[in-house]
Order: sequence, then C-alpha cells, then structure tokens
Amino acid sequence: MNVSGNLREPALAKRHRIGQLFEWACCGSTWFGMVVLSLLLLSIGWKAMAWPIPDADAVDRAAATKTDAKANALLSPRPLSTRFLTSYDSRVPQKAGIKAALWGSLWLLVFVTITTVPVGVGAAVYLEEYSNEGRWKRIIQVNLSNLAGVPSIVYGILGLTVFVRMFGLFGHDGKVLDFNLGFAMLSIPLPFERSVISGALTLSLLVLPTVIVAAQEALRAVPSSIRTASYALGATQWQTIRHQVLPAAMPGIMTGVILSLSRAMGETAPLIMIGALTYLAKCPGKIDSLSAVWQHPTGLLEAPFDVFTSLPIQIFNWVSRAQPEYDHLAAAGIMVLLVVLMMMNTAAILIRNRFQRRTQW
Amino acid sequence: MSLFLKRTLWLSLLIVVQTTGCGSVRDGGTDPAGKSNSGNTGKTVATDGASGTSETSNTDKPTVGMTGKITINGSSTVYPISQAMGEEFMNLHKGVDVSVGESGTGPGLKVFAEGKLDIANASRPIKPAEVEACKAANVEFIELKVAIDGLSVVVNPENDWCKALTVAQLKALWSPDSKIKKWKELNDAWPDEAIDLYGADHASGTFDYFTEAIVGKSKSSRTDYTPSTDDNVLVKGVSGNKFSLGYFGYAYYAENKSKLKVVSIAAGEDIAAAVAPTEEAILSGTYKPLSRPLYIYVNKASLKNRQVAEFVKYYLNDGQAWVKTVRYVQLPATDLDAARKTLSEALAN
Amino acid sequence: MKLCPTKTASSESCVSVAQQSPSILVKNSGSLTRRFSWTRAREQVIRLVLFLCGALSLLTTAGIIVVLFNEAIYSYAGTAFFQTVSITDFLFDTVWAPQHPDKPRFGILPLLCGTFVIAGLGGIIGLPIGLASAIYLSEYAKPKMRRIVKPVLEILAGIPTVVYGYFALVFVTPYLLRPIFQTWLGINVDIFNALSAGIVVGVMIIPTVCSLSEDALRAVPRGLREAGYALGSTKFDVSLKVVVPAALSGILASFLLAIARAIGETMAVTIAAGQQPRLTLNPFRGMETMTAYIVNISLGDTEAGSMEYKSLYAVALSLFVITLSMNVLAQWVLKRFREVYE
Repeated sequence: MNVSGNLREPALAKRHRIGQLFEWACCGSTWFGMVVLSLLLLSIGWKAMAWPIPDADAVDRAAATKTDAKANALLSPRPLSTRFLTSYDSRVPQKAGIKAALWGSLWLLVFVTITTVPVGVGAAVYLEEYSNEGRWKRIIQVNLSNLAGVPSIVYGILGLTVFVRMFGLFGHDGKVLDFNLGFAMLSIPLPFERSVISGALTLSLLVLPTVIVAAQEALRAVPSSIRTASYALGATQWQTIRHQVLPAAMPGIMTGVILSLSRAMGETAPLIMIGALTYLAKCPGKIDSLSAVWQHPTGLLEAPFDVFTSLPIQIFNWVSRAQPEYDHLAAAGIMVLLVVLMMMNTAAILIRNRFQRRTQW
Repeated sequence: MSLFLKRTLWLSLLIVVQTTGCGSVRDGGTDPAGKSNSGNTGKTVATDGASGTSETSNTDKPTVGMTGKITINGSSTVYPISQAMGEEFMNLHKGVDVSVGESGTGPGLKVFAEGKLDIANASRPIKPAEVEACKAANVEFIELKVAIDGLSVVVNPENDWCKALTVAQLKALWSPDSKIKKWKELNDAWPDEAIDLYGADHASGTFDYFTEAIVGKSKSSRTDYTPSTDDNVLVKGVSGNKFSLGYFGYAYYAENKSKLKVVSIAAGEDIAAAVAPTEEAILSGTYKPLSRPLYIYVNKASLKNRQVAEFVKYYLNDGQAWVKTVRYVQLPATDLDAARKTLSEALAN
Repeated sequence: MKLCPTKTASSESCVSVAQQSPSILVKNSGSLTRRFSWTRAREQVIRLVLFLCGALSLLTTAGIIVVLFNEAIYSYAGTAFFQTVSITDFLFDTVWAPQHPDKPRFGILPLLCGTFVIAGLGGIIGLPIGLASAIYLSEYAKPKMRRIVKPVLEILAGIPTVVYGYFALVFVTPYLLRPIFQTWLGINVDIFNALSAGIVVGVMIIPTVCSLSEDALRAVPRGLREAGYALGSTKFDVSLKVVVPAALSGILASFLLAIARAIGETMAVTIAAGQQPRLTLNPFRGMETMTAYIVNISLGDTEAGSMEYKSLYAVALSLFVITLSMNVLAQWVLKRFREVYE
C-alpha cells in the first residue's frame, strides 16, 4: 500500500517512508544470502576451471622435475577434469587427484547409513509409538536437543576415546579377532584404531539426533486413524508399526536420513580427531574401481578396518599447502563435494515430492 | 518377504555363525602402515603398492619381483626426501609398499626405539637418551647422513630493511624470556612495528636444532609465535604478512622463492660477514651455524629384508639425484662415501 | 484372525467371533488369552530393543561427560588435567603457552577471546541479517519469493564449513578485506585474521536464525496483526512493534542457538583465523579459537599423555560447557517467555 505521497499528515507520511526503507532493508538482507551464495559458487568454480598463471616458483619447480618426462604427458589442462577424479594425491599439483578421498567418503557413507538408519528409526519409533508422555520420554527429548547443539569436535573426542582407543582396554598393541569365513579371513582389530569403521561410528553418533528428530516428525505425520484401524483388525503394536506406520512414514524418514547423511559427508573435524589421514594415496581395502572388487573381493572385508581419508579432509589438506596451484585443486575438490551433496539433496527432495503425491490420506 | 526367503536367510545366517565359530584372537603386533598406537593423526603417506604383506627373506630373487613393506617416519624436514625416494623406488619395484610419515623427529625416534619402524628420519643427531632406549629394546641401528639442509630465516618480500641478522640478534629475539616485540628493538633504524613470528613446533627436529644453535639450549624458545608442524602454514604466514619473520628448512624456502625473502646470517659480531643460504654456501659450510646434516637411522634387523636393503642402497646411490629436485643439498662426496661404507659394513654382517 | 474350525473346507463355517460361544475363546486359546505367548514375548523383546536404541542417545551424552571428566577433571590414576594445573590458573591466566619447556602456561583467556571475538563478529553480521530476512519472509514476501529464497537458504545451510573456510582465506581476505582496509585505509591486515573468519561464520548462521525466527514469527496469530491494522498502524509498525515482540522468545532462542553454533564452529576458523593464541580485540590479526586449538593439537604430533595433549581435553570441556549452557538457556527462554495463543 504505497500511500505516502497522498497523505496530508506529514507524520504519517514519514512513518510510511520509514516503513518503505525498512522493507527495502529486509528485502536486501534476504537477497544478501543469495548474493553471497552465488558469489561463493562462482568464485570457487572460476578457480576450479583454470590453473594459475605460473609464477617464478612454478617455473622453477617445473624445471627441477624435468627429469621425469612422464610428468608432461600427465599434465592436465585444468584442475577439474576426469583425470582429477581418477588420480591420487601427489606432490606435483598437475598430477594430483581426489580418488582416495572419493572412495573414502563412499565407504563412510555406506557404513554411516548402516549404523544410523536402524538405530535412529528405532529410537524414533520408540519415542513416538511406545513411550507415554512420561519422564523417560522427556529426558530423552531434552537430551536429543542438547546433543544436536554439541560442536562436532566434541564428538570427535568421544569417538577417539571410545572407538579408536576403546578406553585402552586392549593394551598397548591391541588384539585382532580373526574369523575364518571359509573363502576369506575377516580380521577385526581391537581397538578399531583409525579405520573407516571408527569414522563411520563417530559420524553416526553425530547425525543420530537429527535423524531421530526427522523420523519423529515423519511418524507424527501419519494419521492415527491408520493405527487405530490396524488395532481394530487385531494386529499387535509391532505389526501395526511394521506393516502400516513405517511404510507410510518411510518417505519422510528417508528424506530426513539423506539430509543428515549429506551433513555427515561434509564433516571434517571429527574425522581429523579420530585420525583420518590428511595425505593418503590409496583407497580402503585397495578397492579403487569396480573391477578391483571383482579381482580381489577380500578387499571388501579389509576396507572397513583400513585407513582412509575423505573429501573435506583432502580439501583441507590442499588449502593448507603453500603453492597457489593447490588453491585451485582445493577449489576443484570443493566443486566435486558440492556436486555430490547436491545430488543427495535433490534425491531427498525428489523422494519427498514423489511420495507426497502418492499417499493420499 | 516370502516365508521361503525368510527361512533361507535364517538358515544361511546359522551356517555362517557355525563356520566362524567364536573367531580366534591374536595380539595386534606390528601393525600395517598408517596405524600407530599413539592415536595421533600424523601425516602418513600410505601408497598403492601391491598387497605384499609378507616380508620376503634374503633369498636370491630378481629385483623385479621384490615385494614387501617399508615403514618410515620422523622429521618433517627430511620427509620430502624420503617421500620422493619412496615414490620413485615404488615406480621401479611395483611390489614394494613404502609408507612415509611426518610425525616429527622426536616422536619418530621414539617409535623407532620401540622397534616399530624400519627407518627413522631425523633432522638432528640421535640423543643419548634415545640411544639408551634403543639398547633397552634391543634395537640395533646404523646412522646415515643423507643430505645437508641450511635452516633458513625468512621474511616477507616487502621487507626491505632486514637483509642480515647476527646470531646474537636472533638469540635475543628467540630466547624464552625475550621481551622483543618490535623490529625497532632489534635495530633502531627499523620500523616500529610488531614482529609476527612463525616457527617450528616443539616435536620438530628443526625446533631442536634451531634452539640449540641459536639460543644455546635445545628446546629453549619463546612461546608467542605461531608454531606449526606444517611448514606450508609457515610459508603462507610469512608470505602474507609484511612484518613477519620465520624459520624452516631450506627446501621450503627454495620452493617458494617468489613469496619469501631469505635473511643472511652472520655467525659472529660482524654483520657484513653475513652469509646467505645458497647451495654452495651450505655445501661448503660457510653458512653457519644453521647448516646441518640430515640423517636416517636404519634398524639393522630390517636390513635383513631384501626390500629395505635395496631401498637404503637406492637412497645413497641412484636416488641421490632426487635430493636436488626436492631442493636439498647433496652431501659432499667424502661424506657420501663414508655413508655408503657404513651401509655395506652393516649389510655384510 | 480367522476363527474357523480347522477341519472344514468351506468358508461358510468360518463365523465371526461374536457368533461363537464364549467357550470357544477359552478352548481355542488364542495368543491373547495364554499366560505365555510367543507373540507377546516378541513384542516385549522388540520394545526393549527399541528402548535401547532410544537410550543410546543418553549413552552418548554420558560418554561425552565421562570421557571429558576422566581426562580433564579427575581420574583414578591422577593423570587428569586439572589435577596438575589449577583451575584459577586455567581460567584467569592471560597466556596460553603449553609448549614452553620450563614453565608452560595454561591460561585459556586468549583462546576464549579468539572464540568470542569471532563469534561476536559472526553475530553482528548474521543475527540482524537473519532476523531481517525472517521478517521479510513472514511479513512482506510474496509466495513466489518464498519459494525461491527458502531453498537458497537451505543450500547455504548445507554447505560444508571447509568451503566457508576456503572462501574466507582465498577470497574474503585478499579481495575484500585487504583492498578496503589495507590499501585504502592503511590498516595492516594479516593473512590469517579474525574478521574474515567472523564474516563467513556470520553467513553460516544466517539460515539458522532465519528459519527459527521465521517459525516464531509465523506462529503469531493473524488476529494480532489485524488488530494492529485496525488501530491504524502501518505495516512497519505492526511488524516491528506487534509481531516481533510477540515472537520474541522464539527469536531470542534462535539467536542463542546461532551464537552457540558460531562458538562451536571449527573448520572455517581453523583455516581462516590462524594458529597463534592472541589476547587482543583487533579483528585484523590472527587468533586461535578453542576449536582450532583442538584441531591443531590433533593434527600435530604431540605425544599422547603429555600435558599439552591433555590440555586438549580441558579446552574441549570448556567448549562443551559453554555450548551446552547456551543450548539449555535457549530452551529455557523458549519455554519461559513463550506466549501461547488460542
């Protein structure tokens, strides 16, 4: 309502003018976020698309390593390329790539899903379906909201003591549990030391509160008529939950889980605390492509207990290097990470939209 | 899920549980590359050699088929050399798995004294206490000089006033109870601005060596500076601030010459006699007192393994070509021959 | 559940429960009438398992407290941090120098200063902008605008913090801060400085503040706004003087939660703000925060078991206490000052 010009009362006109300014200020603030986001993406993308102009040091370095003729053949036109996705880190920036980090992140994702989804959904089911509005439920709810606000590095410390060192229970050298599976040997080191499984368990502790809250929301959205109808037909509580409530709430749960997982993928600090390596040139279990799975499947059994690195940690390592080429490599790594996260978030949104259209209450 | 499928899954689970039984437990002894018991992150390069976990004994096998693991850890100054050696050695012998860590001279020698490393990198000589620890654990070792480093004091390229410093000035600046905060306090003609200090952290052999050579007592230093094991952070810091000053190994300066300016050091009182760290000055020993030899300590028991013996031989012979590419100074011929002699004597036993 | 006599083939003899005589119920002993039934046992087991899943979060909190307590406050073997360093030294000493060879000093004030300076700068940037965005989205914006802005804010919230740290170090300092402050105003800007970290932390907390405040603002019933308009207020008056005070508890809670998040922020400040603990309010110098210190200690190779390594736990304990109290305070504010409308 732009009436400032037509009013005869100057005080009111002044208030309307102030109001207009206020509206513009608020609008500007809202657009500020957009501007910053586009600035961020554009600048990082620009850096990822081109190498820096070689300064005197780079020329020097190229001359010094001229002895390795193969290096020239492997030089890539820009940081972000397919070669980037399939090479390991190297002390020559043009040769460096993100393969170890990608596979490490992939393994982490798999294990975080395996550990988080059952426990998170189970806890949410308990809180929503089984517990009355009693003392336990309130305590757990308060506890969950507190845990959601704890800094991620404290989870790293927890993971370090509980999973990596296991309170020092196994002595200085630790023990190894060997299971003879017939076709292969499964060796589980105790304590877990700095392996994929320690990282995955720490990350799942980190995202568990968000998963539980999201699952609770999804379960609450299921109308109670479904439950009562199921009880009326004689089903037990677990049968109701398993066959009626959970399938109905599944899209919401999956959305929440995927969003929490994308948060876990971007976490650096807890993994640094538990000892993910910052400079690693191999993949967990030596599995670096699908053919490797075929060639030595025992790698699948070794991988969870192997050292690893992850995308954000690799980026962090490149950021701390002094040569300007590594800044560009870090930008390329960031683009890869953002693409992966975007794919996960899009999947979550698609699932939410698709199933929202399907289920009509 | 159909009943049949469910029952099949339960049955197979039962079978799996039966065959695995209660698993067997064994002690985790020498662990594979990258897993240390200290729980620290360290910076370890674990690379993609073939999965040779058995350490081949000293049989007559052709070098092409050599397999095995070599674990190296220690100084972050020697790290570039050992890492380059390791990478190139693995290119020549695909079956060997070399992993190089960067934990710092002190922690590296400590783990070496427990017998857990094949080779320890060190940017200072081993201390008597560490020798005792080795003896207590029955670890016999040989000490080999592998290169020379000229510890460099660097400032920002825009720093046009400080071209040389005496050891006395550096000592006054870096002693533990130093109150010097501004450039002006070192020399009246210099700007009245606060000095931003960067240096090695105290796990580092560089720290030990610098404090011993400049302040006079090892590990004795002021604490209000940015300490970092990661020399890249130091390079970034010094190159980013006009009034900064830092010290680290020569290689890190040489790699970033356009971003840093090196300061000449005068060993005595006469600042005109200050010497800048160049390859020649370091080699001839005129860059005093910050020229220092870099060492590797090799476990004699590991030398019995073919891949370790070949690797150390490579280090002192063909691999010396890489020392220059990582910007360190090659040993003079006499020292190199002495090292080779030590090695061949150890191998003969 | 069918109550059919078992030997009949046709379905006509399957009768409903109501038509059967009560004796059938007793004789056929369905699972609801037996004293022990597998079904009920299974239900109980499942309930127990799910309760354990729920209790895992309690275990997590207990674990955090036990670990921090054991390493920092009191341990049976006498190796905890505060059994060696006195608490007054820790809280009031102004120098943080754990690596000094002879007399290491463990005063947390420089680290606290770094944390709060950066969180403060982040708050100065993020809180007003977040609140203004929330007001705009709930009061002024058209639905189309909301549909664009909300996903953008979600994306902003989802960007990993390493990316923000990189952005601060590689773009904010050289292309924003240095041209303005160093070249134009002549103030020396370090390459690692608190202002760049503060700016990106501010951007990071905008989505938090915006979404929580917007929820609070939307919860205010329309009746209040309409009453304001009816009395002749402008839209500005209604938004700022009616709606915002009505939603104040939610807004305050969102502020507290956002600041708590800024305090706990790790990677962005580690990358952008440097590694030297400095007790200063100058935002153009580098300073180390509590979180950055913890990361740097674990990246470096301090001996596990040394006092320096234990200081990590003491710092983590302080961090945990601070963020926990802010979260609890936020929840208390939310509950205490919430105005419930019909």
